[in-house]
Amino acid sequence: MSEVKKAIKFTLVLMILLGLIYPFIMTAIANLIFPYQAKGSIIKVDGKAVGSELIGQKFTDSKWFMGRPSAVDYNAESSGGTNYALSNPKFKEEVERNIEEFLKKNPGVKRSDIPADIVTSSASGLDPHISPQAAYLQVERVAKANNLPEKVVKKLVDENIEGRFLGLFGEPRVNVLKLNLSLLEEIKKNKK
Amino acid sequence: MYSNIELFTMILVIVLLTKPFGTYMYKIFEYKPMKLDKVFLPVENFIYKLSGINAQEEMGWKKYALSFLLVNTVMMIIGYIILRIQGFLPLNPTGVKNMESSLAFNTAISFTTNTNLQHYAGENGVTFLSQMIVIVFLMFTSAASGLVTAAAIMRGLSRKTKLLGNFYADFVRVTVRLLLPISMVITLILVWQGVPQTFAGKIVVDTLEGGKQTIITGPVAVLESIKHLGTNGGGFFGANSSHPFENPTWLTNMIEMLLMMLLPASLIYTYGLMINNKKHALVLYISLFVIFILLAVGAIYTESHPGVAYSKLHIDGTPYGNYEGKEIRFGVSQSPLFATVTTAFTTGSVDSMHDSYTPLGGAVPLILIMLNTIFGGDGVGLQNIIMYTILTVFLTGLMVGRTPEYLGRKIETKEIKLIAIAILVHPFLILFSSALTVMLKVGVSSVTNPLYHGLTQVLYEFSSAAANNGSEFAGFIGNTVFMNIMTGLVMFFGRYITIILMLAVAGSMAEKIPAPPSPGTFRTDNALFGAIFIAIVVIVGALTFFPAIILGPISEFLSMT
Repeated sequence: MSEVKKAIKFTLVLMILLGLIYPFIMTAIANLIFPYQAKGSIIKVDGKAVGSELIGQKFTDSKWFMGRPSAVDYNAESSGGTNYALSNPKFKEEVERNIEEFLKKNPGVKRSDIPADIVTSSASGLDPHISPQAAYLQVERVAKANNLPEKVVKKLVDENIEGRFLGLFGEPRVNVLKLNLSLLEEIKKNKK
Repeated sequence: MYSNIELFTMILVIVLLTKPFGTYMYKIFEYKPMKLDKVFLPVENFIYKLSGINAQEEMGWKKYALSFLLVNTVMMIIGYIILRIQGFLPLNPTGVKNMESSLAFNTAISFTTNTNLQHYAGENGVTFLSQMIVIVFLMFTSAASGLVTAAAIMRGLSRKTKLLGNFYADFVRVTVRLLLPISMVITLILVWQGVPQTFAGKIVVDTLEGGKQTIITGPVAVLESIKHLGTNGGGFFGANSSHPFENPTWLTNMIEMLLMMLLPASLIYTYGLMINNKKHALVLYISLFVIFILLAVGAIYTESHPGVAYSKLHIDGTPYGNYEGKEIRFGVSQSPLFATVTTAFTTGSVDSMHDSYTPLGGAVPLILIMLNTIFGGDGVGLQNIIMYTILTVFLTGLMVGRTPEYLGRKIETKEIKLIAIAILVHPFLILFSSALTVMLKVGVSSVTNPLYHGLTQVLYEFSSAAANNGSEFAGFIGNTVFMNIMTGLVMFFGRYITIILMLAVAGSMAEKIPAPPSPGTFRTDNALFGAIFIAIVVIVGALTFFPAIILGPISEFLSMT
């Protein structure tokens, strides 16, 4: 019996140390050194939170660059992928539907130019990125919808490409929310 | 090309870290003086005092095993109780309810056994308090449990006494000197890269299109660091390490992979120091990396060359590859690499959805959890490696017709019986429960993909549970009463039977008097031994699992060509 008591005491002591004291101390330090990241990398425009830099959000209007298909419809209260097997007929149906939609939205685009990422669902359903190619293919449509010269919109994409670190690590990508925010600024600038 | 650079960079980093961390763990296990004793000792003594532990007491294998079982059981029960009443407890900004009983049973076992199979979605299944005092807490203790039992087994094979050490003292030392300090540093690096660490809970933002998006944050970073260091693998969010808050950049992805590899790889060096035979440890180390590299390269190749499933779609832009269920920032190179690491080093965290892998790409993680020996999780990995090493020595002994000896001690009927059972438990649990599941309606209803792939889902679920891995073919519906109980039991037996048997082997070996090697002794420190070791792991694995793999991934692959 004393062995059981010892095990219970041992468990409770470690639980308080590892489950309470440790996380609270780390929260304090993290918020002191990296307050922006620790709180979820929330981007604010004119003092209003418009999203998290890291979390993809839904864009349906032609005037915005669009992200990847999402199994959770960019609802950040959940997360996940479709989990379709490649041998599942639903996989083919879903991707075909995404391809058709993309071609309809972007009439100038050839099917063979479409990169795989923009017509397949991400793992988290909240992927904030698309590939540079997927962004370039949307330039024509976005420029037209916003009455901006294509050259200007293309430049925005150029500026928003994050390349491989040292040319070696990671994948080239574009953060859709950040790209759309720079687009928004461009639109505002033109209105003035 | 990029994928190979990433693969070999990672291996290079791990090779460089193996010696310092292996030596450090050796010092912890052998109670050597350290520079930081001034910091560590007071904390440790405080824990001993509060829980009434006599840290000086030496235990035989039975006492050690009993203490291990007792502490794990208590942690499991307390974890279960907290999950059942979590809705009434504080720190619940997301409004989570009490966990249902079969799910709480499954979750408590899952995290105590270092499996981290999750039949709940992290966002809405557990409260912030549960994430900390159940999930994070058990992530520390299950890793420590694996490491200290490995330490006891190593002592049994190297000491000249029957006593294997003190379970409680080992446990506290590993936690305070190894797991906590590394976790603290990594937590801050992860926050720097964007992993949240806050108690704010839900944040509602106004999207650019004029809608609302509710974003869940939380104390993610403290979970994320021990999740990988402790080869645990359970996610704060449902999408696990593919969620941008758990794994925001290519750098965090590489850090998480390195963390999974760090302790299991370094522990082989520790083993070499403990048994005073570094060359033998080196042979094992290289052999395991050979298998690991072959499988990693295979997985990366199949995911970037997905075959007809994509060529039929006639989309040929860049990037090309199987992007279904993958994140752009990891692509088709880091994702399959992560899948290989998480199953070789038996962690179970995922940065892409294994269910949507190509048939052969998905077979790689499946094969790794079936083999369950390619480095493996913290501590238990080494235990399985020792198990296969002794089997290799025994079989070569039969071939040359001499009494097999390992580390100068004779291997006799008793040890071989125990090891045979330990090796058979794993395939028995997987194949028996898979067969049962596909025969029962209540089991088949969990399957969500058709035909061969459906069978692979079932095999994967039970292989993951038996290997205490925790990754899933996530389309599989785990949260049913039947599956919660089945996988709960499989995780329990998969964990404790092998560890207890290996402690018994160590206890029995400790009683033998080591003899110096004679010219006739089969050497365990050369390339020949390495080759035979690889062959035995592969042959035993193939004999037990090949039929199942043919029916699952290989049939699926053939049906698609």
